[in-house]
Amino acid sequence: MDTEAHELIAGYALDALEPADRARAKELLERSEEAREELRSLTETTAAMATAVSGPAPPPGLRDRILESAREDRQTVVPLESRRRPRLVPLLGAAAAVAAVVAVALGVWGLSVSSDLDDSRAALTQARAAAAVLASPDARQVALQQGDGSLVVSGSDAVLVLNQMEAAPAGKTYEVWVLDGETPVRAGLFPGGGSRDVVPVDGTVGPGAQVLVTLERAGGVDAPTASPIVASNPV
Amino acid sequence: MRQDSLALRRQRHLSDEALVALVARGDEAALGELYDRVGRVAYGIAFRILRDERLAEDALQEGFLAVWRSAATFRAERAKASTWVVTLVHRRAVDIVRREERRRAEPLEATTAQDAPDPAGSAEDEAWLGFERERVLGALAALADAQREAIELAYYGGYSQSELAEMLGVPLGTIKSRMFAGLARLRELLDESDTERTWTPRLTS
Repeated sequence: MDTEAHELIAGYALDALEPADRARAKELLERSEEAREELRSLTETTAAMATAVSGPAPPPGLRDRILESAREDRQTVVPLESRRRPRLVPLLGAAAAVAAVVAVALGVWGLSVSSDLDDSRAALTQARAAAAVLASPDARQVALQQGDGSLVVSGSDAVLVLNQMEAAPAGKTYEVWVLDGETPVRAGLFPGGGSRDVVPVDGTVGPGAQVLVTLERAGGVDAPTASPIVASNPV
Repeated sequence: MRQDSLALRRQRHLSDEALVALVARGDEAALGELYDRVGRVAYGIAFRILRDERLAEDALQEGFLAVWRSAATFRAERAKASTWVVTLVHRRAVDIVRREERRRAEPLEATTAQDAPDPAGSAEDEAWLGFERERVLGALAALADAQREAIELAYYGGYSQSELAEMLGVPLGTIKSRMFAGLARLRELLDESDTERTWTPRLTS
């Protein structure tokens, strides 16, 4: 990353950018892993700055009001989700073999897709990435040797669709790996616990590669420490 | 699934990240527990920026609603869950301060007089917060003045880079480089004091 990129990410971490620069920062973050790593690290620093603040305690009724607005939000989000689905499904309907999976995927992501907050952008990007793989004309299913579900592959992109994964226990997370040769490569984390979890696999899944899932400590690890719970056939 | 009281008891032992995963599944009790853990700091920063109880409350409501709606997109490899929540609330507070044109950014020390313990917080939480606060204030104090000014006015004041350039009468490029240099140096100082703390715990400042 050059100096300009570093400065852009620092400004973003401090929420100090003008709208045009903020858009540039988001673009940079979407394409650069290095920029995301820099933001992750600088955000821990700004969050530490937040702890340095002294001030009054939150008003006692605030907790209830927050839970109340979450409850109300749930009631408004559901209809939004069902309104959007018919619009997206024809777009994605080309891949008949995976249509059912797509519907479920959109259901899973519906809450995020219907959010109009800034952060839904990342969700949308990811949901689109998953939907693009699932709906792609060349999408094909690769069976799992172990685990309930399948791996859907299009080109070098892949999405894991897993049924009935128990939620990862406290302090643990599921970690996805791509095994292409000897060394498994990190490919994302997910909490599990859905009736069907749709998990985009980060990175490329080349011919002959396998996708694995292990249970690891929260935050993930650099190399798997447990035997796989889910393992796909070679792609 | 109606197991709220069981869920409540269970949640005290969950990591922040696991709570976010539950929030992603629409678990209100998990959202409440997350508020109990992060709400104090989040309210502190929102109030610091907005200097108004009602507006700070708005920032928290909007920030926690963003947590509620986008918990499914949270990725533990990108941030700690508590950091993510604080970041969302901070962003709301900055949006509000820019909308409201409320501009109060006295130095940080000016607010310490208002410090009041949270009646809902445990003694351990308060002790930890006090300890952490000393550590971060110490690191901020070690920054070059111009760098500290830039990052404090941005993070605690909600000022944008161009606003700061105008206010301080320096080129925009200078503000940008001061912010990066200041934040990167602060990160270093905090990493150092973190290591120090691991080796020789200091309980008083």
